[in-house]
Amino acid sequence: MRSDRAATVLLIVVLLALVALPAVAGKYYVQLATKILIMAVFAMSLDLLVGYAGLVSLGHAAFFGFGAYLVALAAPQYQAANFWTSLPLAVGGAALLAAAIGFFAVRTQGVYFIMVTLAFAQMVYYVFHDTKIAGGSDGIFIDVRPDTALFGWTPFDLANFVHLYFVVLAVFVAAYLVLRVVLASPFGRVVQGIRVNEHRMKSLGFPTFRYKLVAFTIAGAVAGLAGYFGAVQYGAVNPEMLGWHLSGSVLMMVILGGMGTLAGAVIGAAAFLLLELVFQGLSEHWQLLMGTTIVLVALFLPNGIAGLAWPLQRGRSG
Amino acid sequence: MTEEKDLRGRRAFLKQGGALGGAAALGALLPAAAIGQTGKIRIGLMLPYSGTFAQLGVAIENGIRLAIDEAGGKLGGREVEFVKLDDESDPAKATDNANRLITRDKVDGLVGTVHSGVALAMVRVARETNALLLIPNAGADAATGPLCAPNIFRTSFANGQVGYPMGKVMAERGIKNVVTISWKYAAGEESVAGFKDAFTKGGGKVTKELWLPFPNVEFQPLLTEIASLKPDAVYTFFAGGGAVKFLKDYQAAGLKGKIPLYGAGFLTDGVLDAAGDAAEGIETTLHYADSLDLAKDKTFRLAYAKTFKMQPDVYAVQGYDTGLLLVQAFAKTKGAVDKPALIKAMEGAVIESPRGTWRMSKAHNPIQDLYLRKVVGKENRASGVAVKALDYPPADRCKMPGA
Amino acid sequence: MDLGSFLVQLLNAVQYGLLLFLIASGLTLVFGIMGVINLAHGSFYMIGAYLAWSLAGKIGSFWFALPVGVLLTVALGMLIEWLLIARLYARDHLYQVLLTYGLILAFEELRGMIWGNDVHGIPVPAPFTGSIPLTETLAYPVYRLWISAVVLALAVAMYLLIQRTRLGMMIRAGASNREMVQSLGINIRMLYRFVFAFGVALAAFAGMISAPVSSVFPGMGGQVLIVSFVVVVIGGIGSVKGALVAAILIGLVDTFGKVTTLELGGLRVLPDLAGMAMYLLMAGVLLWRPEGIFGKRL
Repeated sequence: MRSDRAATVLLIVVLLALVALPAVAGKYYVQLATKILIMAVFAMSLDLLVGYAGLVSLGHAAFFGFGAYLVALAAPQYQAANFWTSLPLAVGGAALLAAAIGFFAVRTQGVYFIMVTLAFAQMVYYVFHDTKIAGGSDGIFIDVRPDTALFGWTPFDLANFVHLYFVVLAVFVAAYLVLRVVLASPFGRVVQGIRVNEHRMKSLGFPTFRYKLVAFTIAGAVAGLAGYFGAVQYGAVNPEMLGWHLSGSVLMMVILGGMGTLAGAVIGAAAFLLLELVFQGLSEHWQLLMGTTIVLVALFLPNGIAGLAWPLQRGRSG
Repeated sequence: MTEEKDLRGRRAFLKQGGALGGAAALGALLPAAAIGQTGKIRIGLMLPYSGTFAQLGVAIENGIRLAIDEAGGKLGGREVEFVKLDDESDPAKATDNANRLITRDKVDGLVGTVHSGVALAMVRVARETNALLLIPNAGADAATGPLCAPNIFRTSFANGQVGYPMGKVMAERGIKNVVTISWKYAAGEESVAGFKDAFTKGGGKVTKELWLPFPNVEFQPLLTEIASLKPDAVYTFFAGGGAVKFLKDYQAAGLKGKIPLYGAGFLTDGVLDAAGDAAEGIETTLHYADSLDLAKDKTFRLAYAKTFKMQPDVYAVQGYDTGLLLVQAFAKTKGAVDKPALIKAMEGAVIESPRGTWRMSKAHNPIQDLYLRKVVGKENRASGVAVKALDYPPADRCKMPGA
Repeated sequence: MDLGSFLVQLLNAVQYGLLLFLIASGLTLVFGIMGVINLAHGSFYMIGAYLAWSLAGKIGSFWFALPVGVLLTVALGMLIEWLLIARLYARDHLYQVLLTYGLILAFEELRGMIWGNDVHGIPVPAPFTGSIPLTETLAYPVYRLWISAVVLALAVAMYLLIQRTRLGMMIRAGASNREMVQSLGINIRMLYRFVFAFGVALAAFAGMISAPVSSVFPGMGGQVLIVSFVVVVIGGIGSVKGALVAAILIGLVDTFGKVTTLELGGLRVLPDLAGMAMYLLMAGVLLWRPEGIFGKRL
């Protein structure tokens, strides 16, 4: 109980700090924080699969990138999309794609699932890379940020970096709460039960395929949400946003932070991006540092940073 | 400065440029750090230092350094500080990286890059933040076409610009039927489009366009198809490892010598050692060649080889010209980061390059001579100028904001 | 397409398929026997190609470079298994994904530091330099046919090794029951080390013998990794026979996808989407048999 309260206090302190950030930090740091929050939402969505449902996806960028592409496709070039219609479109579109890919992928298990998700993500990559749907290999610009006008009232301006930051912060908090609720629901418990022992859940009468497919779809939808704001922040979308390097990076974030805890995914996203920045500053051979770090984390930090910080809590609850 | 709001349109641009100019003038009175001018001019180098294009990134940086060193190591009398960043040729990270150089590192000018997708993301950032951007390689037509902007310049080439002269040469030689083959990605498509434009204008016909998904290098099925189509000649765009494999496969399939192979210059640039005799005799067009009969080229090659202990290539030349452009522009402003003045200077610059003299088109792409080259031994030997002072793609594809 | 061209394309397809089998076989073996997923498989392919180039340059002969390269990569594979992979057997696949993903980054950077970032080529070694004329314009390179023969021989050897030898028996037993094998007094740790090293050497060998027809360049490993995955998924994990069938199927789909024109509702589907063809094949197979063509029922 006490550690729960401590965590809540910590959470509130962090949130307050995040709200205060634009008042004290310069543009670059606000933009960096925006990016970290977007990637945190992305990482949380993957954690739902990897950490809770036991589905290790190596193609999760497909949904992130698809959400991003839908921003560009929601409006003709040089025109603004409507925020209130394009956002549900992107999230819904990513969910639909996830349901379609999940329909094939969720039938498989273990190593198979890893490879199948990777291969399907590559398929989506090639659709955008090889056709003229959205700019081909060079990608496409979002010339004008989505318009947020609602009955003549414009609550915020997505082209303003401070506004965008607060919108993303709100989306981040909302995504966190929604995932919390999902995980605490009977549905969430079944999904976690499947990870522990699928056969038992099956013999208890749960249609595990359907449960896993729904989890996969929800994760895809949340990744699409992150992708939407990724596209809005960058103002450009390209096929690499669907690529397997991004899928690998986000998986790294989840594990680095500590999978199976949403907070871990958030910590992981921040740590990964900051680590990259530090390494780039250190050496021209920073990829070697990054690669070595990943190897060391895999070997010696299986529970990630969160596992370092809260070993006692884990011991008590388990 | 809140760039977000006052980006679009000429007035906003001038207003901001004016503000900057004013700030520069006040520079002597204010503490330097307060307005981001610390005495040194900061140039951001966003280039590939890892991955497939790492070698190109190094050549470009060397070229820039050489040009500035030859001008006394300064820009308009001020010291230069380079801020380097590895772009990894990853478009997914490009916006972030460019933003970092502009917003955090506060560079006065940004140079980059090789990969077209990354370069276009940089164009996007440059258009939003109004930062000065010099593109030392990436040939994406759009950067100096529909996406052109006053603050964006290219010192290399446009993809179509390299393909176009080959079309002209081949049509003039009386070649009628051609099959084209390339990767299905922007650079290949633009190169083939440029070629086709000139070739069909000259009376030729492209009987079939063959495409491979990038970066697939299994050419065999398409070579078989070329053999059964029996065109008069083949036009191709490949580069790097793919180019080597294509040249070798073309020879091994027995097509070399039977169906003449032509291409954009990248087919035979930087790959001659690797390709061996499979490249011998192949003709290509490019804005640079080995053994050009230009005094400037000879001194450049000597200086480059002496400084960096390696031979320069077309990428080094492009970097060198980027350096020359910076030197000229900052000389005009006497070292002030006065964007409108810098832009004006760059628009009017005449670059005495190792590739020959060139200047900027209205779209801010070089108007330059394109050479016809033939592989002889381990050289891309120039056999003449294919098209003089080529301004392509047509500058009217660019509607310069505020022009 | 007339019959002559069709037959040549068929040859192309099978030849490409055999090469894919060679590249993917090490992956499927390591999977099937050890249950280890190795994302760095493509990196070993790249290392093989660079080794062939640098050794052939130093030794002066491709044929001597080949065995030396194989020995070196076997040693490398053993080292990596001993240092890294062996620590992960008891853990979830996730950590293998992560560790080998880290290896990709590290190997790519090390490759740049050791061998530079230039594109290289290796001349086709004698006596396979020639080509056999097929039509008046088209010839077929002998070296490609030689590769096909080598791959076929290797496939047969692998089959015999696994099905007919004592070692193969150990391997098959290890695949199904680790504890039992151990209780029989067989050193499972050494067995795994050997299998992993064999997988690494297979990937590197593929890189070496395809170097003369392909070329040697940075980032070449990433391209083969994904196609290897698709081969393994379609064929069924751990099935050498499945990998062979799947690889040839992919060869067919890829080859004919590139040269067939197909329009659906006014939209040109092929060859524009040829890059997607093998993934569609995979989706179809998964719908039909989620465990792959020759995989064990899940």
